[in-house]
Amino acid sequence: MDTVFGVEYEGGVILAADQSNARSILTYQSNLDKITKLSPSSALAVSGPNADLVNFSEYISKNLAIYQLSNDGLQLSTHAQANYCRGELATALRKGPYQVNCLLGGYDASSGKGSLYWMDYFAALSKVNYGCQGYASSFCLSIMDRDWKEGLDQDQAVAIVDKCIKELSLRFLMNQPNFIIKVIDKDGVKTLKFGSDPADT
Amino acid sequence: MSILEYNGAAIIAMAGKDCVGIACDTRLGAQAQTVACDFRKVFKMSDKIFVGLAGLATDVLTMQNLLKFRQNLYELREDRELTPKVFSNVLSNLLYEKRFGPYFIEPVVAGLDENNQPFLSGMDLIGAPVYTDDFVVTGTATANMYGMCETLYKKDMEPDQLFETLSQALLASLDRDALSGWGATVHIITKDGVTSRELKGRMD
Repeated sequence: MDTVFGVEYEGGVILAADQSNARSILTYQSNLDKITKLSPSSALAVSGPNADLVNFSEYISKNLAIYQLSNDGLQLSTHAQANYCRGELATALRKGPYQVNCLLGGYDASSGKGSLYWMDYFAALSKVNYGCQGYASSFCLSIMDRDWKEGLDQDQAVAIVDKCIKELSLRFLMNQPNFIIKVIDKDGVKTLKFGSDPADT
Repeated sequence: MSILEYNGAAIIAMAGKDCVGIACDTRLGAQAQTVACDFRKVFKMSDKIFVGLAGLATDVLTMQNLLKFRQNLYELREDRELTPKVFSNVLSNLLYEKRFGPYFIEPVVAGLDENNQPFLSGMDLIGAPVYTDDFVVTGTATANMYGMCETLYKKDMEPDQLFETLSQALLASLDRDALSGWGATVHIITKDGVTSRELKGRMD
């Protein structure tokens, strides 16, 4: 039911997610932030049951924080973070699985490039240029297939994201009025826009 | 749908004259949807040993790491390189350890032994091995691949001819299977080195 997607461009990654927290016929909340900052230059957009969503993203972000503290401020590369995430999901798979499908986006200063990693709840991992989790994929993947090319700038990537959101609001059965969009680039993880402020209680 | 058919894969390993070849498709799917076209399922363990892992992608990645770990441990303790036969046995053991909660992969091992003679083995998900001297196949298109290999295979092919045969057998099999395809990689292993090539095929 969650919509999560991301687009990589020249110098960064954009992650977008819907903001609704719903179950069965009830919407609990429509300003949920499903994109968690993992490190100063990476974020994890997660889709799945709220319990697993929150537990998993907090577990990963705190473990990455403790790694930094224990290793004299050393920050893991996006590739390393993605593989760490995968390892945790894979270990949990046969014990007590997290039913989370996620997209990890990060920026590496050493290469000056952004990278996007697609991960499903089985812990299958793949580096992609753009990706979607959930029903969104049926609507958005074709748009991205058509419009994405190497060397996009941030505005062009945001345009693709906006196009996807428009398509979903037109054709997707579920009503998802609010989307949160975050950008990860050399300036860190920033919220570009949101439908409803997650900070509102 | 079987859990072994969730992500899709197609791998063939074939023996030639003093050489061996192994090829795989590069599709990563989630049932009908294609997620990536660069997910290789054949891994180089050493200059003389290649392993192809078909099945659930998460277990392919886990097993790749586990195998590297076990290989490193072996080489540190024994102070010598693993041979393909022993590597195949290690893999078989790893799989049987999880007899009642298995890894969902069906591997093939291709390599050159101490005398640079081809070695091939295939396994099921609980590690039951089969050793052949012609070809082994695994994945979601095994029926197609067995047919193609049985028809095209000849004994004692030179590396270039092996490459042609392997490529044609794989490509024709992929084209009739919905879950595999979207690119292919072929490795030809001889005593002088490994040649890896990407195949241009139908991207559907």
